[in-house]
Amino acid sequence: MTTSTSSQSLWQRVTAPLSSGPIAYGFLALYVLACSILLVTNPRTELSTDVVFVLFLLSMLVAYRSRVAAWFKVVLGVFALGVVLPYFGTLNPFYIDVATQAGIFTALALGLNVVVGFAGLLDLGYVAFFAVGAYAWGIFSTPQITEINPAWSPVDPVMFYPFLIIGLILGLITGVLLGLPVLRLRGDYLAIVTLGFGEVIRVVANNLDRPINITNGSQGIRAIERPPLIIVDQIRNLGIVADDNRLYQLFFYYLVLIIVLLTVIVVARLKHSRIGRAWEAIREDEVAAVAQGIPRVRMKLLAFAIGASFAGVMGVVFASKQLFINPPTFDLLRSINILAMVILGGMGSIPGAMLGAIIVTMLDLQILPRIAAVLREAQAAGAPIPRQFDPTQYQRLLFGLLLVVMMIFRPEGLWPDERRREEQHEVEITDEELEADKTAKQAGADSGS
Amino acid sequence: MALLEATNITKIFGGLVAVNDVTFTVEPGSIVSVIGPNGAGKTTFFNVLTGIYKPDKGRVVFAGKDITGWRSDQIAALGMRRTFQNIRLFGNMTVLENVLIGMHVHLHASIWSIIFRGRTMLREEAKARNKALELLSFVGIADKRDELAKNLPYGDQRRLEIARAMAGDPKIILLDEPTAGMNPHETAEATQLIRRLRDERGITVILIEHDMRLVMSISERISVLDYGSKIAEGDVQAIRTNPRVIEAYLGKGAAGHAA
Repeated sequence: MTTSTSSQSLWQRVTAPLSSGPIAYGFLALYVLACSILLVTNPRTELSTDVVFVLFLLSMLVAYRSRVAAWFKVVLGVFALGVVLPYFGTLNPFYIDVATQAGIFTALALGLNVVVGFAGLLDLGYVAFFAVGAYAWGIFSTPQITEINPAWSPVDPVMFYPFLIIGLILGLITGVLLGLPVLRLRGDYLAIVTLGFGEVIRVVANNLDRPINITNGSQGIRAIERPPLIIVDQIRNLGIVADDNRLYQLFFYYLVLIIVLLTVIVVARLKHSRIGRAWEAIREDEVAAVAQGIPRVRMKLLAFAIGASFAGVMGVVFASKQLFINPPTFDLLRSINILAMVILGGMGSIPGAMLGAIIVTMLDLQILPRIAAVLREAQAAGAPIPRQFDPTQYQRLLFGLLLVVMMIFRPEGLWPDERRREEQHEVEITDEELEADKTAKQAGADSGS
Repeated sequence: MALLEATNITKIFGGLVAVNDVTFTVEPGSIVSVIGPNGAGKTTFFNVLTGIYKPDKGRVVFAGKDITGWRSDQIAALGMRRTFQNIRLFGNMTVLENVLIGMHVHLHASIWSIIFRGRTMLREEAKARNKALELLSFVGIADKRDELAKNLPYGDQRRLEIARAMAGDPKIILLDEPTAGMNPHETAEATQLIRRLRDERGITVILIEHDMRLVMSISERISVLDYGSKIAEGDVQAIRTNPRVIEAYLGKGAAGHAA
């Protein structure tokens, strides 16, 4: 632990002059520009681009942390996320897809962070609410609806926009329905019940093709509608040639970006309100919180429902973006992945949840597959790697190892909530004290004999 | 009319009768104490009054309402607040936030006004902060408003717990051993604070306490519990000379001597 603290202070010594004062403005501008130029000039899909892409996204977090004027941060953010990244995406569609995916999971991590981080309720079935939103749009926008009742027909694709709200409400309702019976439970019991619920939703989706075919079972739902692009004709009139797929990628990127922004605002405001305080109090000491007149079950239910509603909205977006959903999309691993994002970033911390989501998504979609690909190339080129070793098989292992190492060396997460960090340090100090106590006692015993 | 009336309260854990048929009345504006040897059922009795436990028998009437079987938070919202024997602050929240938590039942900003930063919400928050600061200066720790509660010295944590209890504008505050672990100087200050609660704020106080000097100096009525039963009740003089009380505290021989 001592080594980590000293290296941290060295890190702080190096970064301190770069994070405030006029140097910070220059540094940040240079950083973002350099990354942007590197990205745009070399849009090929390879490891070096991956690294630059990650550095590029990290620049947003560096900017957020720096002590520069708010307008400067906004300008940088709009420039990087609103202009450079989408433009880069038109050059290399793979990366904008990664960014969109990262955005979807950022919103999910923020939602789960309300449940786990703010209110302290361990939810292992969060993806169920995501599934509810996704299946709602999947069923109602495709001919799947006629399987339920031949008289019904799919809704117009433009209904996608109101369906975002419907997804939110469905998530909310499911959250309340699940929450009502189970939120009297605490800790581990709640975790098990939510885990079960997550599985129930998946299994229901898998088996609800008989007697009435509602979810089309394990085959999933295909050809899910995308909303009509509103300003596409205007863009074409400008003389820009773009095919629909590219345009939809940009559309979903911007849509997700907007939803994430709204989510951040809502979550941050809730956190610093009477509701956020009540959640924190319940997390810290339930008995004491109730003794202050805080209705325990109602506040927990609220956290659960709010978290679920974010997942519901993103489910609708996800189904429409992916065009295809099936039950395995919403398995337990997905829930655990989202939970890992929250914990990796730092429970209860809003920037932490976002950072965690971005890192885990990147690892999953980009970095780990790329490392595996590089290894395989090396293998093919005759590097001394056993033939039986298939790097692609070890991605999850690497991911798991990373989590283990993280939790040992930085249990509070990458970007902890200020107070959470202190909680973790509290434990460390008492451990050290115990250690010191023991040696002192031993010394006393030695001198005694 | 009595502010708090507990009639024939019985609470049983397994085979153990923790509180046995206790009847207890508190007049508004008074300071009353509940004393008794360790394990006499005092804290259990508090827990029954504040809704943490439901009584197996008996009835609790508070401020004209039958609150038997109510949830803790409902009872707290009705105006009965408490402190805990082993201080239960929200350690990782600031001193000011702890008091704001105590005000929860008086804050009504809707979720919409929170999300849109509505004017009523902002005004309500500002008002709550001012009131919290006022309460902190009442107990004398306003200068520590931004410290984390767990970093406060022991005596200040006790004060903060009282400020938090006051934040809900309670009619009655139950203090569970408020001076436990304090030195005589701190105890004197705490005694002063308890008196001011009643004299300046008109809050009725029920006290569980082992410090007999404090109990005798401050209480208007005293109830004595032993093995879960009420063995005596009365004013300070009556309790001091009651042979059953002396017996409970010192044993049979001592009671004989006193008599």
